[in-house]
Amino acid sequence: MKRIIILILLAIIALGIGLSFTKIPFAVPKTKVGSYYIDKGIDQTGAVNIVTSVVLNYRAFDTLGEVTILFIAALGLGAILATVKKKTKKEIIPSSLILSTGCKFLFPFILIFGVYMFLHGHLTPGGGFQGGAIIASGFLLVYLGCQERRLNERALKATETLAGLIFVIIGFLGLAVSGYFLFNFLPKGIPNTLLSAGIIPIIYIAIGFKVGSELAGIIDALIEESE
Amino acid sequence: MMIFIAFLVFVMLVAAIYACIFTDLLNAVIACCVVSLIAAILFYFLQAPDVAMAEASIGAALVTAIFVIAIRRTKREE
Repeated sequence: MKRIIILILLAIIALGIGLSFTKIPFAVPKTKVGSYYIDKGIDQTGAVNIVTSVVLNYRAFDTLGEVTILFIAALGLGAILATVKKKTKKEIIPSSLILSTGCKFLFPFILIFGVYMFLHGHLTPGGGFQGGAIIASGFLLVYLGCQERRLNERALKATETLAGLIFVIIGFLGLAVSGYFLFNFLPKGIPNTLLSAGIIPIIYIAIGFKVGSELAGIIDALIEESE
Repeated sequence: MMIFIAFLVFVMLVAAIYACIFTDLLNAVIACCVVSLIAAILFYFLQAPDVAMAEASIGAALVTAIFVIAIRRTKREE
């Protein structure tokens, strides 16, 4: 009896979803806001990458919320792991020469790629979140490969806090200059150059540092706890 | 190109189903990683390189590593 009810419910839900999909035209622009961003985005924000101009100019407040969510998630993980008592340090077994040298050789390249990603966020695909994640995966490589190299937790926290503060301060500067939170008050510059798009590169650098240090902090907490 | 994308979607579906039915959690995590990786490739083919990069770096690399670390701390079998 119960199963029949579940099946009927599932059928009703599937019918509803199917009917609503038949009404939506696929790949046809229904809203005008998308084409507005594509037409006016470069003129209004100076960022050649349209995605960046939406994420950090038209919808910058949403991005602040996203960064806050990530911050709270990292904080919650730290709070949970802080209740588990830390094990006494075991003797570090040094990894083989090939593994540790390979990790040390690859790490700067991953770091440079991550930094490139968030510095050129307004010109090429990519941005602060992606760059930060790439930097954190570089730290993950070092954590797995070279067991004697560890990050300074206090420096991680300081970087994270400072980057978040820069984001909010830039937002309040926009409020003070023009009356809108996160207003793009700096000169737009010439599109397609590195120093363009006003506050967008500055915010992306801050987000890159923040996300990178946050994710590296999560990896640090988990690996230190599990050793 | 269409055949390649269809093949990728098929592999992604198989990996997603196997991620549900594996009782060895490490295998399930690797299946999840395969799903993320193919999702990243498909995002690239759908002309969304931004999302593809985020998916590849977070979904395929960091989440897998975090799950593996968590499995090392807890039980491997479901």
